[in-house]
Amino acid sequence: MFEEMAKSPATWLSGQGDESQVVLSTRVRLARNVAGCKYPTSADSETRKRIVSYFDSVLTRSEILSKGQYYKAADIDRLDQDFLIERHLISPAFLDGDLSKTVLIGPEERLSIMVNEEDHLRIQALSSGLDAQSSFDLAMQYEAEISHHLEFDYDKDFGYLTACPTNAGTGMRASILIHLPGLVLTRDIDKVISRITRAGLIVRGFYGEGSDVLGNLFQVSNQNTLGLAEADILSQITEVAREIIEEEAGARQQLKSEAADMIEDKIWRAFGILKHARVLTSDEVMNLLSAVRLGYVMKVVEFIDISLINEILLLSQPAHLQKYYGTEMDQNQQDFVRAQMVREKLRDTGP
Amino acid sequence: MICQDCKKREAQVHLTQIINNEKLSLSLCKECAAARGFHSPLDNHPFPLAEILSGLAGDTPPVKNSPPGEEMVCKGCGLTFEQFTRQGRFGCGDCYSAFRSRLESIMRKIHGSSLHRGRIPEFSKFEKSEQALPIQEEERLQSELATAIKTEDFEKAVELRDKLKAVREKLMMEDTPN
Ligand SMILES: [Zn+2]
Ligand SMILES: [Zn+2]
Repeated sequence: MFEEMAKSPATWLSGQGDESQVVLSTRVRLARNVAGCKYPTSADSETRKRIVSYFDSVLTRSEILSKGQYYKAADIDRLDQDFLIERHLISPAFLDGDLSKTVLIGPEERLSIMVNEEDHLRIQALSSGLDAQSSFDLAMQYEAEISHHLEFDYDKDFGYLTACPTNAGTGMRASILIHLPGLVLTRDIDKVISRITRAGLIVRGFYGEGSDVLGNLFQVSNQNTLGLAEADILSQITEVAREIIEEEAGARQQLKSEAADMIEDKIWRAFGILKHARVLTSDEVMNLLSAVRLGYVMKVVEFIDISLINEILLLSQPAHLQKYYGTEMDQNQQDFVRAQMVREKLRDTGP
Repeated sequence: MICQDCKKREAQVHLTQIINNEKLSLSLCKECAAARGFHSPLDNHPFPLAEILSGLAGDTPPVKNSPPGEEMVCKGCGLTFEQFTRQGRFGCGDCYSAFRSRLESIMRKIHGSSLHRGRIPEFSKFEKSEQALPIQEEERLQSELATAIKTEDFEKAVELRDKLKAVREKLMMEDTPN
């Protein structure tokens, strides 16, 4: 399964779109529940099956939904599940062992709908770069389509009802994946994070083996889903993203004027390791790519392309790597093959 | 910095949350962060919900002091309010109505508001009317029809059959793109 997908880069990581040098992708997720049915975690298997059969009927009746690829959790093996997680098409909670779940993947992998995750329906749309509006529009297009066939749980005070009170109201979580090496290097990141959280947003780093934030990648998302209109959430996340981008640009400027030689050295070393190493862990690749990405934006390594950096980032994830080579591998084999893949991808790239 | 939960491992995850002007800071190791539900970048609950709900336990009257039957219970799924504060998840949509009196303050703590200002479903006006949404309506009529036939209530069965026919016609119409 997904062999074709594994060989092509994800659309939402194409490196296109607004501010794509700093913002990798934007996601909008809508949580919805079918009225009158217990929520997946407390429902018996009969109810969960009924939800899936409702959704199946919607698929047969809706032209746009019927165009998606539809999979049952029971038919997706462990490697393919990890693959879909790495590709942001399902969540880790999809793997909680309840095999009644299904997932619909829309055209260009920009949309996915999980059935029977924490809520009956989780509709999410992804865009490359900073683009909350088009992610929202896409998710909403599918939500509207489904709402013509299924009635959602809704309350005039609490809005769309969700299994967790943190999602009630709009049921909407907008998030951006943002690359902030400058702020990490100048150590201003904590200051920025605490200001963002005061503004009612959540910031999280992707933590790896060490205490450093993996690849200097952060996820920023809205905390509140109730009491705000969808448009407010979209403009909130977009405004905050632009503020962070500006601060990151300031930090990079500071690095350039105060420590240009040191930064350049760091970038070139990272490029050298990626181009020549024989063994690479996925955490290592993420961190090295962070330096190279910074190098591209700072015009130190201009010959490399953002879309290539994104492609390597995705392909170096364990499940992607194994799908790409079409075989399951243990950790050591993966690290060896990963270095080989990175070398191949960078073969024609250089000063 | 040492993880504030296990007090053994190095804290790697730092979270700051401002709720109702109160600052809530957490410094946790990866294991303890996962135990609190801060799993991965894709996790949908990057929020110390447990903190808020456990804070509520204090102002919940002790169950043993209240006579049986007085505790809030959801008729839809059987979840009690106390269970909800422990698990942090509702069992069904009816829970919101069942716990409404307590939810207002919880929602304000979580979201800074307890009133929805977002979209209103296009079809909510059909709620529980004859024009309820087709798929669920079809299913409901079908099971009622089965019951009517089983109990030999043929008059009702005929009525239900006609309704079912109408709903199905409507579904057929929707199938044809205009
Ligand atoms: Zn700990
Ligand atoms: Zn309930």
